[in-house]
Amino acid sequence: MKKFLFALTATVALTAASGAFAEDKFKACFIYVGSKTDGGWTQAHDIGRQMVDKELGDKVETVFLENVPEGPDAERAIERFARSGCGIIFTTSFGFMDPTIAVAEKFPDVKFEHATGYKTAPNVTTYNSRFYEGRYIIGQIAGEVSKTGVAGYIASFPIPEVVMGINSFLLGARSVNPDFKLKVVWVNTWFDAGKEADAAKALIDQGVDVITQHTDSTGPMQVAEERGIKAFGQAFDQIEAGPNAQMTAIEDTWGPYYVKQIKAAMDGTWEGGKSTWDGLKDGILSMAPYTNMPDEVKAQAEKTQAAIESGELHPFTGPVNKQDGTVWLKEGEVSDDGTLLGMNFYVEGVDDKLPQ
Amino acid sequence: MDIFQSVLLTIATASTPLLLAAIGELVVERSGVLNLGVEGMMVIGAVCAFAAAYLSGNPWIGVIAGIVAGAVLSLLFGVLALSLATNQVATGLSLTLLGIGLSGMIGENFVGRAGARLPNLDIPVLTDLPLVGRLVFGQDPLFYVSIALTAAVMWFLFRTRTGLTLRAIGDNHKSAHALGINVLKYRYLAVMFGGACAGLAGAHLSLVYTPQWVENMTAGRGWIALALVVFASWRPWRVIGGAYLFGAVTIGQLHAQALGFGIPSQLLSSLPYLATIVVLVLISRDRRLTVMNTPASLAQPFVPDR
Repeated sequence: MKKFLFALTATVALTAASGAFAEDKFKACFIYVGSKTDGGWTQAHDIGRQMVDKELGDKVETVFLENVPEGPDAERAIERFARSGCGIIFTTSFGFMDPTIAVAEKFPDVKFEHATGYKTAPNVTTYNSRFYEGRYIIGQIAGEVSKTGVAGYIASFPIPEVVMGINSFLLGARSVNPDFKLKVVWVNTWFDAGKEADAAKALIDQGVDVITQHTDSTGPMQVAEERGIKAFGQAFDQIEAGPNAQMTAIEDTWGPYYVKQIKAAMDGTWEGGKSTWDGLKDGILSMAPYTNMPDEVKAQAEKTQAAIESGELHPFTGPVNKQDGTVWLKEGEVSDDGTLLGMNFYVEGVDDKLPQ
Repeated sequence: MDIFQSVLLTIATASTPLLLAAIGELVVERSGVLNLGVEGMMVIGAVCAFAAAYLSGNPWIGVIAGIVAGAVLSLLFGVLALSLATNQVATGLSLTLLGIGLSGMIGENFVGRAGARLPNLDIPVLTDLPLVGRLVFGQDPLFYVSIALTAAVMWFLFRTRTGLTLRAIGDNHKSAHALGINVLKYRYLAVMFGGACAGLAGAHLSLVYTPQWVENMTAGRGWIALALVVFASWRPWRVIGGAYLFGAVTIGQLHAQALGFGIPSQLLSSLPYLATIVVLVLISRDRRLTVMNTPASLAQPFVPDR
């Protein structure tokens, strides 16, 4: 056991120290909540880091630490990075928010970037992606291709991010089919391929013919392929798991943002205290190729995407009612970002009671 | 396919890996050894099964690889906990940590790949029978293996002399030793059987349940299998009941959610655990029977003294 623990510590230390020889290079460090090959969230961040290597490799060295649990351990890991000469540290999970702020106070000269949080400091910025823009597009596609007029949504936890996605999907679907219905199943996990697949099967057995998910595995995509229905990929292009099922996927593309921020940190133009919430137009979010759908649906999806990118269309534009029928957004009114980031209610038409 | 059959098929798929892992662990614990490394052996089985099936293109080679991988890892447990008489709880826990770490390393290049799927049974005419055709004649091969294995373990433990000896060792290894029985040999074989079963359960996950490899894909199923053995008070027929009850309530609550009854999903998600515990506690009310079935020297290290 002791030996094993030693080996474990040594591995972690080695990972952290990899390539620590070139002292004159600018050091950019990444803290991951999962493994860099998780096929989803963390892998998307690591692909972003690899892009930094590719584009700035001669001036920047990147270092990462995987499988860092959210909580006190995270603070230790971030602090060790800060002490080891990192110029900028990216903490890539919501749960790293408080540890990031705590360490940032102690190291005013180090720059910190926290993903998906809401707390900033003079040397801490936050960055996030407007995933709901992609969800509006896939909702619209579902609304057009579904024959039963009911889609299934496999959801993880009832946090604003997920609720926002469900609402956006339904609004997209109802923009082309006003009677569209949405069945939601909460699996209370981010990552359990088997359970996600079971949820997909249950939804299909109950008559949905399009499924989408806000969980991280390709389990549901495989079920969709097997049962011959359509689905959308999550965080990653999952076409290999569903060559006939995937119509498109919402892909996270962190690389350009990382390159931009690291460049800014190196030439002194980096600004702290900012919150970046980018979307399709900034390239932080992109759609996998539209496929397995009729040409006119594809054309419509491309049109919607272009409209969102140009700012002409905002998914949360009135008239929109809340689930209980009360008015949320009046005709032409656009939701402010604050309401979206704290979203704790369904819009009209979701066939589910929001867990509180 | 009608919804009735489809739901039952989903339940069977969800329950099979639990049953496979639990029935193996039951034999291990009946021999007086507590191996908490089920999760680790299962996840190693899953990754090795996937890798072998992916590289060879033959899912059956994957199944064999899963079984062998689970058994090999359990052998490591055997050397530490049986030959060196280390603390079984600590050794089992570290086996799980080792399994999860090692599987991540082995599987690094297999994440997200489309693997080989173990095909379902397909008998002309019979499989297409209405209502029960798919259920009885059209499931994945490992489903039939899991049922047959449970029956075989029942027969072995309670109808054969070797099974009696194994149970005697689990109840009192000193007496068994005094009778001239090679305690460690029996325990090694039991531990390896448990490892093979856990590896097979893992193979079911990565070749049938969701034919792919993702890190940590067992997602706690090894621990549920362990709990099932205890709640079933070490009796095979109760393990099968427990595994299927757990699977049924898991799938049932997903359907309840999709139907939109408006019951809080957190409550529904905890139902499988609650239901399984309540039912198994209720049927274990007979204390005398429970005590009789509990292996008395469970988790106690055995060092042959002379």
